Amino acid sequence: MSEPGPIVLLGAGPSPARPQSAFGRWLRRVRLQGRTLVTSVPYLWLLLFFLIPFVIVLKIAFSDSQIAMPPYEPLFSWAGEQVLQIKLNLSNFAFLVEDDLYWKAYLTSIFVAAVSTLLCLAVGYPMAYAIARSNPAMRNVLLLLVILPFWTSFLLRVYAWIGILKNNGFVNQALMGLGVIDEPIQMLQTNFAVYVGIVYSYLPFMILPLYANLEKMDLTLLEAAADLGSRPWKSFLKITLPLSLPGIVAGCLLVFIPAVGEFVIPSLLGDPGMLMIGKVLWTEFFNNRDWPVASAVAIALLLFLVIPMMYYQRTQESESGRGMHR
Amino acid sequence: MATSPRDKQLKFEPWNDPDAKPFVRIHRITKKFGEFVAVDDVTLDIYQKEIFCLLGGSGCGKTTLLRMLAGFERPTSGKVFIDGVDVTNMPPYEQAVNMMFQSYALFPHMTVEQNVAFGLKQERRAKAEIAKRVADMLEMVKLGPFGKRKPHQLSGGQRQRVALARALVTKPKLLLLDEPLAALDKKLREYTQFELINIQETLGVTFIVVTHDQEEAMTLSSRIGVMNHGEIVQVGTPSEIYEYPSSRFVTEFIGSVNMFEGRLIEDEPAYVRIQCDELEAPIYVDHGVSAAPGATVWAAIRPEKVTVGRERPATADNWATAVVRDIAYMGDLSVYLLRLDSGKVVRVTQPNTYRHAEDRITWDERVFLSWHASSPVVVTK
Repeated sequence: MSEPGPIVLLGAGPSPARPQSAFGRWLRRVRLQGRTLVTSVPYLWLLLFFLIPFVIVLKIAFSDSQIAMPPYEPLFSWAGEQVLQIKLNLSNFAFLVEDDLYWKAYLTSIFVAAVSTLLCLAVGYPMAYAIARSNPAMRNVLLLLVILPFWTSFLLRVYAWIGILKNNGFVNQALMGLGVIDEPIQMLQTNFAVYVGIVYSYLPFMILPLYANLEKMDLTLLEAAADLGSRPWKSFLKITLPLSLPGIVAGCLLVFIPAVGEFVIPSLLGDPGMLMIGKVLWTEFFNNRDWPVASAVAIALLLFLVIPMMYYQRTQESESGRGMHR
Repeated sequence: MATSPRDKQLKFEPWNDPDAKPFVRIHRITKKFGEFVAVDDVTLDIYQKEIFCLLGGSGCGKTTLLRMLAGFERPTSGKVFIDGVDVTNMPPYEQAVNMMFQSYALFPHMTVEQNVAFGLKQERRAKAEIAKRVADMLEMVKLGPFGKRKPHQLSGGQRQRVALARALVTKPKLLLLDEPLAALDKKLREYTQFELINIQETLGVTFIVVTHDQEEAMTLSSRIGVMNHGEIVQVGTPSEIYEYPSSRFVTEFIGSVNMFEGRLIEDEPAYVRIQCDELEAPIYVDHGVSAAPGATVWAAIRPEKVTVGRERPATADNWATAVVRDIAYMGDLSVYLLRLDSGKVVRVTQPNTYRHAEDRITWDERVFLSWHASSPVVVTK
């Protein structure tokens, strides 16, 4: 939205001779205020529901745990007359490094999330592509089908997978009925089940940004490529794929980030011995009642995820700014 | 001294040579989209090194015809031969035909060089050859220093030249251009028209251009095919189309024209006389017309072929009296809108030959219009 927008609008209005009328001035003022109001809503939202909770968690991460209510020592305290005492406790973070449990949990989570993200991409890209290239009437139906599972509770859908994957569940019974196997395959409580659960649950988050990207692609580019002698699959690799990179990145981030911290799916479908950071966090928080360490786990996870993302975004911006090619 | 382009164009008339073999043969092509007939039984021969313009309004089927030549659309019936080869059902990536798209369709994620090199890479040329040909091509379209830029960092005119370079670098036998100049502003368009002709003559490629802009078609083409409702209504050189249009549609589509409906009152092999309700005097035409006596015909007179004067012409035919309603001064010429006694408004253009014309005809003045007997075009449909 550019500044001259409303002015031009007024100039083209029914009274072009008096653009500075009282009404015009009022309209402009209200418009500007309206714009500020609208843009401030997301900022306010982020402030209230992200920044403030984050600061609270950060504060807890730097305090000492104690058996009390709340179960941590205050970070700021008054030591005598008007002397503010700040006790910064870094031992929670040191603890994360010392105990290899956390490292392993982080690595497992990132590995599981990365594999799930790749699987989502492998499944989601063809689906998004097919939807984007289908005829417009069909497109909305297909999109609806992608979003439809959201209308059922997430938890319910994960539970449903237990029914499908367990030893006397749907898949095993069907395979045994067909005589493919004699004994049920152990699927529940394995990594396989976790991957199935994550890919199933997060697939729409991969498909939707990819679809949005592929749908707006200019198809004459493919005609131009074909015209210059490029066969369809090569046009895909040279034109469609690179142009859909922003969609791939967006989809991967939308799947990867929540998958790293995923707690429900590994707990319900996965191997109980499998260490994932979401589960560790849960244990620290609820079983050990060690809020400071739990907070430190959360902060470290956030840094893990945010720093590479910021780096990526910076390189992307400077690249488009200078117009250098990859 | 080399012959001027004008001379070359005068001599270049393969369509009049019975021995010349057409390079592109479009044989009875029809394309239907459901019930809608986009291209209706078009037959057309186009010769090597021609710049052939398909001219028509939007929705006349010109772009569909072009897309069939490129291989993007399959004709419902009919055949297309290029250089003797049946290409009717050949996919676009197998054809040695390139297209320059109206939107240019430059690959936004590639630099200018990479865009131009794309076709050569598909042909699996050696790296050094690709680099050289890309550089030569960019030099030719005067984009040498811009090779490392991306399309969004170029102006409209530069993008147009990248698109042209990309389409020409693989040395296609035939280049299809879809509204090549539509996105450029007027000055640049005029300049680019002549540049296009130069490049075409240098490389000797056959061009088929789709355009809705008759001026563009007139400047560029060796021949024009005027299209309406999916049919080719007339094919001819720009001057044939302008001076000898075959129908009312073509007459009115190309340039501006004053159209008089009338009846043939004298029909001789050497001349005809037409009586019009809107004119006091009959129209006398110094050539014969193939129409029955008494038939309704239309006489079309171009604005620049009418003279405006204060004296009553001595002849019995080919004149009218009118009142000056409006004058538009355009610099090189002035446009007069004159109202006949019948109420019909006639458009006349007069060149402004002198800077200070004394006693210029002015508003509300009563004037006489006249024209030469060779000027009216008589059409019967």
